[in-house]
Formats: sequence, structure tokens, C-alpha cells
Amino acid sequence: MQRVVITGMGCLTPIGNTPDALWRSLESGISGIAPHIPDDNNPDPLLKFKNTAQVHDLDLSSLSSTQIQTSERCSQFAILAARQAAKQSGLTQHHAPANTAIILGCSTNGRHAEEPEIARVYRDNARVHPLSIPRSMASNGLSQVAIDQNITGPAFTISTACASGAHAIGTAFHMVRSGMVSAALAGAHEAPLTRTFLRAWDSMRVVSPTQCRPFSADRDGMTLAEGAGILTLETLASAKARNATIFAEILGFGMSADAHHITQPRADGPTQAIRACLEDAARTLHATDQPGDTQSLTEQIAYINAHGTATQTNDAVEAAAIASVFGHLAPHIPISSTKGFLGHSLGGSSAIETLITALALHHRRLPFTYGTPTCDPAIPLDLITGSPRPAAAEGPILALTNSLAFGGLNAILCLRSF
Amino acid sequence: MSDTPATAESITNTIIGFIAAQKTLDPNIITPASTFDELQMDSLDKINLSFEVEERFKISIPDNALDSLRTVGDVVAGVQRIQSENS
Repeated sequence: MQRVVITGMGCLTPIGNTPDALWRSLESGISGIAPHIPDDNNPDPLLKFKNTAQVHDLDLSSLSSTQIQTSERCSQFAILAARQAAKQSGLTQHHAPANTAIILGCSTNGRHAEEPEIARVYRDNARVHPLSIPRSMASNGLSQVAIDQNITGPAFTISTACASGAHAIGTAFHMVRSGMVSAALAGAHEAPLTRTFLRAWDSMRVVSPTQCRPFSADRDGMTLAEGAGILTLETLASAKARNATIFAEILGFGMSADAHHITQPRADGPTQAIRACLEDAARTLHATDQPGDTQSLTEQIAYINAHGTATQTNDAVEAAAIASVFGHLAPHIPISSTKGFLGHSLGGSSAIETLITALALHHRRLPFTYGTPTCDPAIPLDLITGSPRPAAAEGPILALTNSLAFGGLNAILCLRSF
Repeated sequence: MSDTPATAESITNTIIGFIAAQKTLDPNIITPASTFDELQMDSLDKINLSFEVEERFKISIPDNALDSLRTVGDVVAGVQRIQSENS
């Protein structure tokens, strides 16, 4: 069994199109939530909410005409984020194409390509553009990245709604840890903010008409977003061999299904997934001759990047799961949700939040919960509010990042500073 | 859009415009003699071009005609032939 580390990161987010820019915004308290700008610049008067969190200044000048013709916004995010991660780690110079995996999460791809065509069909009985097929494949972004990076190893897309990115990173972690491959690009990409999609979410009555305020007593819903986050994972041995910058180590990955309801979460599911993650982290320690077990890991968790969507139900259920696992320690674990900065980019969120957790461990600074001045008194958590909080100056810092998806699909990752 | 068959020159210019936009090329380097190989147009590019041409000129290009298209001029001639048959 191999130790697995993060040596490259790439992102496109509403508050920065590189990890450095993203981090600066998190540190300086800049949120990306703002009035939504539709593709046609024509605001939808029927939406009860006005805000989303969009990626701005998307620079496609480095993409080839073929890449632009055969993709849409969602896949273009993937290509650009993957390039950043691969370049930072020197991925393709140090790992054979066949020994590198690409595992990407994507909850919904191709909406910007498909939706205008559907409108034309029903409005004008028009023909449909042939490239709308490849452009709208859920796996389009994955294939685009494989072609762009000439990576020929295992490659597949995972679609588990809002946990897609965490499932992708966790699966890639297991593949590298087991020795199946020596490295992987893993993360997620999402660009779902089309007119029909926004109206459908409006009808779901879970989108905040004001501002995403995770864990606040008066929270009134999520803010929809878009974005991508992709990481380079590789073995510790290969990273050390070339003295690569290591942002964090991944220790464990746990997942579960609530088996309960298609939209309503239940605490049993994330509780089981957090426990599974800690057990998996203990497996890593045991197999790589490091001290520690599930109990000691549970006691050492020093930061949780929460799913924290700011719906009444999610935040209460997530807090209950944390309380169930950590017991008397739960109110003392620093926790934040970064969705007040970034909104909720569905599958993309869990990858971006894993990237943020790795950055937090690397900088030893814990991001705060933008939009929430104080934690809901009914939720006994040590919510980081107001400004970033310094983490321990020395020694390893252990963190979890939680993802709780619609349909009761839970994915938890455990990271450690390096 | 007029029902009057377009001239060879206007068809050529239209098709060159499609290809230039599709492949991000300078239209001045594309001529009727330009081959799809030279323009690095693969089968998907040809399907894309066919769709644009069909929509613009309100014609239907038979599936089996695509394989025989080698140059920009072939497409222009094909459009003219179909327009002539339809008129």
C-alpha cells in the first residue's frame, strides 16, 4: 500500500481561477455570490432568487478550435483546471501515460449545449446540431482532459450529485494507494447555470432568496454555483523522489448511502461515512507502518470543511452526524463551510472544497464561514466565523471534508498536513 | 434567405467562413482547392460543416456524399448540384 499525496491543484471558481487567487479571496473575505448573469444577458424575472456564484474571466484562448467546437462550458472548466494541476505537479513528465488515471466527478454536463437546442426543437421544430451529442456527454470533460494531457490509463466519470468530486478524489486515492496507478488527476467540474436548471431549483424551494448563510439560525437555503477543482494525486515515493511540493496527504476515504430518501438526508448515512473514512485512514497508517488507529485519528481531527449548504435540513443533519461520531469532542473541532464564498457548484463543490482543505493544511490557516456572523445556537459546533483562524503552528493537522449529496450519497475524505 | 440559388462565389465565401470559424483559421488562406486534410478537418468537422451548410442553404446532403468530399470546391459543387436539382 502506498501513501498518497497532493502535488498539484487547479481550479476555476467564482472567487478565483487559480488556487492562489482562490486562497487570496478566502483570506480577504471576498464572496463570489452576486446577481446572476444569464448566457443571453437577459435576467429571468420569474426566479424568486437573484444570486448565483459564477466563474468570471474565463480565458479560452489556449484551447484549440477542436476543443472549443466539441465541448461546452462545463468541459472547458475541466480542461483548464486539469492543465493547472498537471503543470504544477509536472505530472506528465514524471508518470507514464498508461500508469496515470483520470477520475472526474460531474453531476450534470452539457446543459449550455443542450438547452438551446431543446428550445429550438420545441419552438421551431428545428434540427439539432450534431455536436450537441459529444458536447453534452457526461464524460466529455474527462475525455477532453485525457486527449489534452495524453493520459491513457484508467479514466471514468463519477456522477453522484453533490458528492461527485469527493467520490472521484476518493476513488483515485484508493487506486493510487493500492498501486493500480502511480498518479491520478482527480476532481470535478460543473457548469449547470442555465435557465431551465435555475427555474427547476427555484421550484425545489431550497435556494436562498438572499444569501447563503451556512449554520446560521436564520439560514434560508443554498446559492447555486459553477466551478471546477482538480488535483494531482501521486505516491509519496514519487513526489519525494523529485522533491515535489506536497500540499497535503490523503489518509482516508469513506462513503455511504442513506438508503432513505431522494432529497431528504438522514444523519445515519454521513455518520457511517465519517466512521468509514476514519477506519480507512487507520488502514493507511497500519499498512504504511505509521502509528495511530481509528480512535486516535478521531481524537486528532482539527478541522472539518463542512458540506454546509445552508439549508435548514442539511446543516442540522450534518451537525448531528458530526456529534454522533465525535461525541464530546464535536463542539471543539473547528469547522467551516466555504459555500458562503463559493455557492454550491453541485459535483464541483466537493472537489473545490477538498482543494481548499488541502490549501488550509498547507498554509495552516482555516477558512471562515462567509455570511454567517454566529452559529445557530441549536447547533453545537465550533464554527469559524468572521475571519480565518490559524491552525496549530507545528505538528500534523488532520482534517475532514464532508460531502452529502441529494439521494443520500455521502463521501468523506481525511487529509493530513505534510 | 432568398430562394434564388446562390452563386458559386457566394457559396464559396460562405463555406470558407464556416470553416474559418470552425477551425479558427484566417479565411484568406482557405481556397476552393484547399483539402480537408490540409485544413486538418476530421470526420466530425465534416459532419459539423455539413450541418451548417444544410441549415444555411436549406438543402439535404446525402449521408453517402460526405465520404467523397475532399476539398472546399467539392462542397461548393455539391451545394450547387443539389440546389440545381431542387430548383
